[in-house]
Amino acid sequence: MSNNGSPMIEVKGLTHFYGPRPAIEDVNFEVQRGEILGFLGPNGAGKTTTMRIITGFMPPTQGKVTVAGFDVVEQALEARRRVGYLPETVPLYTEMTVTSYLKYMGTLRGVPSRKLKVRIGEVIDLCRLGDYRRTIIGKLSKGFRQRVGVAQAILHDPEVLVLDEPTIGIDPIQVVETRRLIQDLGKEQTVVLSSHILPEVSMLCQRVLIIHQGHIVAEDTPQRLAQNLQGVERIEVEVRGPAAEVAAALRRINGVTDVQPPTGRNRNLFIVQARHGLDLRDEISRVVISQGWGLLSMRMSTMSLEEIFLKLTTREES
Amino acid sequence: MQRVQAVAWKEIQVYFSSPMAYIVGMIFLALTGFFFVRDFGNPFPEASLSSFYQGATIIMILLAPALTMRLLAEERKLGTVELLLTAPVRDWEVVAGKYLASLVFLMAMVALTGYYVLLLFIFASPDPGPIYAGYLGLFLYGAAALAVGMLTSSLTNNQIVAAVVAMGILLVLYFSDFAAAAVTGLPATIIGEMSIKTHFDDFGLGVIDTKHIVYFVCVTAVFLFITVRALEARRWR
Repeated sequence: MSNNGSPMIEVKGLTHFYGPRPAIEDVNFEVQRGEILGFLGPNGAGKTTTMRIITGFMPPTQGKVTVAGFDVVEQALEARRRVGYLPETVPLYTEMTVTSYLKYMGTLRGVPSRKLKVRIGEVIDLCRLGDYRRTIIGKLSKGFRQRVGVAQAILHDPEVLVLDEPTIGIDPIQVVETRRLIQDLGKEQTVVLSSHILPEVSMLCQRVLIIHQGHIVAEDTPQRLAQNLQGVERIEVEVRGPAAEVAAALRRINGVTDVQPPTGRNRNLFIVQARHGLDLRDEISRVVISQGWGLLSMRMSTMSLEEIFLKLTTREES
Repeated sequence: MQRVQAVAWKEIQVYFSSPMAYIVGMIFLALTGFFFVRDFGNPFPEASLSSFYQGATIIMILLAPALTMRLLAEERKLGTVELLLTAPVRDWEVVAGKYLASLVFLMAMVALTGYYVLLLFIFASPDPGPIYAGYLGLFLYGAAALAVGMLTSSLTNNQIVAAVVAMGILLVLYFSDFAAAAVTGLPATIIGEMSIKTHFDDFGLGVIDTKHIVYFVCVTAVFLFITVRALEARRWR
């Protein structure tokens, strides 16, 4: 496959406006080859908008998205060839049979007709649709329609799979099956999926982005996010000083459980985790200033995260 | 081209397997048949298709939108437009494929009226010129009417709205020669030249005038072009 090493999906400064209101604002992230990335966020957070831009359904107001190195606007056809997409409402031609629908989608995506026949057989087996080859899609139950939706998304063996709420509105047994299928696919393909169900995302994904009101508010492994949920205070501190020494000094503060040294673009940003219920801001500022480093900013970030988690967890129960 | 073909072939299959298209075809044949026999009561009937053509032009206003209303509006309603536009297919290929499918069905429908011609040649000796020219005109006019229908279908997810608006546009184009009579000078010329009727009538008389061909080809091209643009613009919202 092409360009090993560079990220499969690269999203830079993505902003999209619906009218005067931004649906997403300055969203940045990367997805590596073979990674399963979860978008987590309440409804209306900007998940679908982001996915629609990645798949090339609509161009962003600002920013740039590349899939396998191809710009989704400038080199749209090349990028789209590599993407399989399952929108939130499963788009099916209800008057077609499962096989003829898959055949049509395959032809549109440029799968050569000799390969297509074999491939349709494969995805029908993979999505366990064997008994419904000749069934009119309109007569299938919701769960089976979802499977047909997944089947069309993986039909052309895309390098990237974008699944928008893949388990919404289907019964619990089918949810389990769909999740298993996604896990299998994630072994070879790059998968981006969205959900507003926290446990689902933690089960499937290696990395989670939490989107809230159009912004990425957290990005971490599900395990670490779960820790946050259990009540860890998170303080973002911007300190100008030697990174290793600053991190060490911060770790020495009583009550600090973990310090993440600066990664990414902001060279001065340390993320300090402390035991639940402790407000260490006074202590941190004292330490930083006594060392003669510059304290640029400090912010408690647990509250907003907790609020979002609350929304997410309560939504699933209802 | 393979992708245009794929889209067209799928739509053709839908046409030939859905009741809607057959109802449209049946109504077309029944009504044009009525117009065809209308003159038979005349003591000196004329062996021509001129009444058929008159009827067909009016019926086309109602039927062409019924054929095209589904094409894009339904994709938007079902959400399949999201797949269609994220497949490695260009917007114009989608429009071209769907348009060609409707054109194929229309031609099949019009071809069935060929037995009127057959009857004329068996039982009389008609002048063939106006018949051939008339069919050419009918084809060009039908192509333009379908293009109008494509545009309105791309603008809404409601098929009824798509059909009614297309009928409205076609009626305005058809009857604009009446409006032209109400004014004088340059506006009269402009409005008069917009009329489908003005441009169609010569074909029925056996006159193939480039100006009329250009008119119908232009209407078709302009409406299809706006359809592609509308599909693109829809993405920006």
